[in-house]
Amino acid sequence: MPEQWIKPYGDTLNDGLVQLSFTLPVENGPRAIKAARIYAGKLNLKNVTVACAEAMDDAHTFFVAYGRAEPAIDYSEIRAEEATVEHMDFYEINDRIRKDLNRRICVVGATIGSDAHTVGIDAIMNMKGYNQDYGLERYPEIDAYNMGAQVTGEDLLKTAMDINADALLVSQTVTQKDAHLHNFTELMELLEAEQLRDRFLVIAGGPRITHELAIELGYDAGFGPGTLPSQVAAYIVTTLIKRRIMLNAKC
Amino acid sequence: MEKIPLNKEQIGRVKSTAADIAGQIREMIRTYSTVCVERTLLRLYGVDGVVDDETPVPNRVVDILVEENRIDSGVTRALAAVMIKTGRDAKTVAELIARRRIPLEDPASYDMERIMAVEQELARKAVDVLDHSRKRKQAAIDRWGLPVQPWKYMITATGNIYEDRTQARSAVYSGADIIAVIRSTAQSLLDYIPYGPTTEGFGGTYATQENFRIMRKALNEVSERQGRYVRLVNYASGLCMSEIAACAAFEDLDMLLNDSMYGILFRDINMMRTFIDQYVSRLICSRAKIIINTGEDNYLTTSDAMENAYSVTASQLINEAMAKDALLTDDLIGLGHAFEINPKIENAFLYEIAHAQLARQLFPNAPLKYMPPTKYKSTNIFYSHALDTMFNLASITTNQGIHLAGILTEAIHTPLMQDRYLSLQGIDYVFGLARGLGDEIAFKPDGLIVNRAKRVLDETEQLLDELKDIGLMEGVALGKFANIKRSRDGGKGLDGVFKKGPNYSNPVMDRIEREGVINA
Repeated sequence: MPEQWIKPYGDTLNDGLVQLSFTLPVENGPRAIKAARIYAGKLNLKNVTVACAEAMDDAHTFFVAYGRAEPAIDYSEIRAEEATVEHMDFYEINDRIRKDLNRRICVVGATIGSDAHTVGIDAIMNMKGYNQDYGLERYPEIDAYNMGAQVTGEDLLKTAMDINADALLVSQTVTQKDAHLHNFTELMELLEAEQLRDRFLVIAGGPRITHELAIELGYDAGFGPGTLPSQVAAYIVTTLIKRRIMLNAKC
Repeated sequence: MEKIPLNKEQIGRVKSTAADIAGQIREMIRTYSTVCVERTLLRLYGVDGVVDDETPVPNRVVDILVEENRIDSGVTRALAAVMIKTGRDAKTVAELIARRRIPLEDPASYDMERIMAVEQELARKAVDVLDHSRKRKQAAIDRWGLPVQPWKYMITATGNIYEDRTQARSAVYSGADIIAVIRSTAQSLLDYIPYGPTTEGFGGTYATQENFRIMRKALNEVSERQGRYVRLVNYASGLCMSEIAACAAFEDLDMLLNDSMYGILFRDINMMRTFIDQYVSRLICSRAKIIINTGEDNYLTTSDAMENAYSVTASQLINEAMAKDALLTDDLIGLGHAFEINPKIENAFLYEIAHAQLARQLFPNAPLKYMPPTKYKSTNIFYSHALDTMFNLASITTNQGIHLAGILTEAIHTPLMQDRYLSLQGIDYVFGLARGLGDEIAFKPDGLIVNRAKRVLDETEQLLDELKDIGLMEGVALGKFANIKRSRDGGKGLDGVFKKGPNYSNPVMDRIEREGVINA
């Protein structure tokens, strides 16, 4: 197989070994185990071993299975979008705001829709920050407003207008049946209906978010799990600076 | 066992300061009532159902009282007057009023003795509801027996009560002792309780009396098959706190999440509304023997668990004092705390042990509710499972009461059936493996754990002293808890708070308060 073609790595290159766990709604027993093996086979796995089959109740069985995946993909053809973030620390970011924007910037954040989880938005905005990286509230050059959870799109926009925000941070943490996609889309539609889309940088965040998905949903950027506040701050600052330069060029 | 040599006088001081702080709001509770409290009374009088646009009858009747500017006398006497006039029962009369078929009557134009006789009869029936629930639950416990602590507490959150039922059965089969049906996340801000069985919800399932009934029935069946009593939990929080407590008593729920400050801080519900509704909900819990679970874990999801550990302890002390004011006994006060220290901090586990052991010693007879890590859960489910294992070890070592099962997919989605199974398997493994560890070990007198616990208690005392001086409401306004500031006149639900007029009556509260703690 040419080098750029890849498949999962178990303990030998190109062995294609994958591990999966799943539940079947049947009572545990030889028949259930056989069903699990056949099912994994239908997923196109070869040499399937059902390593574990345990009864969760009398009508549901939990399986761990291994199998060899057949397909390989050409890695040289894979392109992924990532929010391009220049690495800057707390001091550099504040410094850039002072020097290149010459004004404080204003950011409003919220968890929208029915989601009650503030973990994501708090990690980015709260003074304390996340993983030893200060949150936006700590930045002397940033006015950060954290609206918390279960905020409606209307309230978020109203606040953003009232405080004249530069950027909206929109978080969705725990989701069910793709509620997060629905919520993100609804907010974007609202922004467009109010003709406010271009007024703000609109940034999505949460464990299900990739930059690519965010772009697809009409957002400027998306940040997934493990994102540090300084990455978000750096993105906002550099993008605002770029936009300002572009605006000046047009004038 | 006194593993950490705490200063007994200091414990006495913080408990008495907490009692003083709780006492500051007692006068406010005496002076005001809320629309939620009045709706609660209606429910306990047997009023149920909805009218035209799915508005619950209790809401419509109370709305009419508000419209007519008579809410300050409360709902009971107005209802009693219509009952006398029509000769019909509370449920029928309320429905007729809600459909605007008959008007409300002015109790002043009726013989006061007759009004009071009807009122006492209503109160007797209402308190009977609570007494019957207490007795039915005791009979179930006598029949099936209770498991040893820590009780394994498992959530379901599918949004569909029938799916929850399937998930709950499987969780009990896998070892869960307690099933909590997580509410649809927006429900705390609804100023009414939805009606009937529900199959649509986000991140949880609506709390309705019918949903309670469906799940209680399923758990009774599974208790019978498993030979152990499985407890059912829901949420008495938000704008319908005391009403939910009433519904829970009707359907024999065993536990309710019920915090004195959670709604104020995390849902921006007005503080007067919260304190009043909380008091009434706790009176109901006391009489029906429902264990409350307080929400201190939430402080640590927004603030740092090392820097703000004292706010958890301070809140536990305040919650305990308010619970005792509402006649709850130690065995019904499930004070909350959590395993949320940044795992990258060296010796974080020792500090977790210090915090958990401190709570254990400050509240030796309370079924402490210990919450798993959430903030530092990773989307790497294998790593998250390892975090939960250490949480399980801390719990069994410090002999916690109610152990909320950590879930390996916490950072990703509401749990799948298999996630629950793996979680319970991990708990059983650790609990069995280390059951007697807590009884075997002693802590180094001047070591990390002992010093940490002492320090948290010192910081707690400082905060409580400060709160006593400025007042709890002012403390909340200044952001003393979870760094969140809430003003006395802000937040949702303030328009449902009213000052009791000269003719206000609440015979149910009066009766429960008069009769005190009932154990039989």
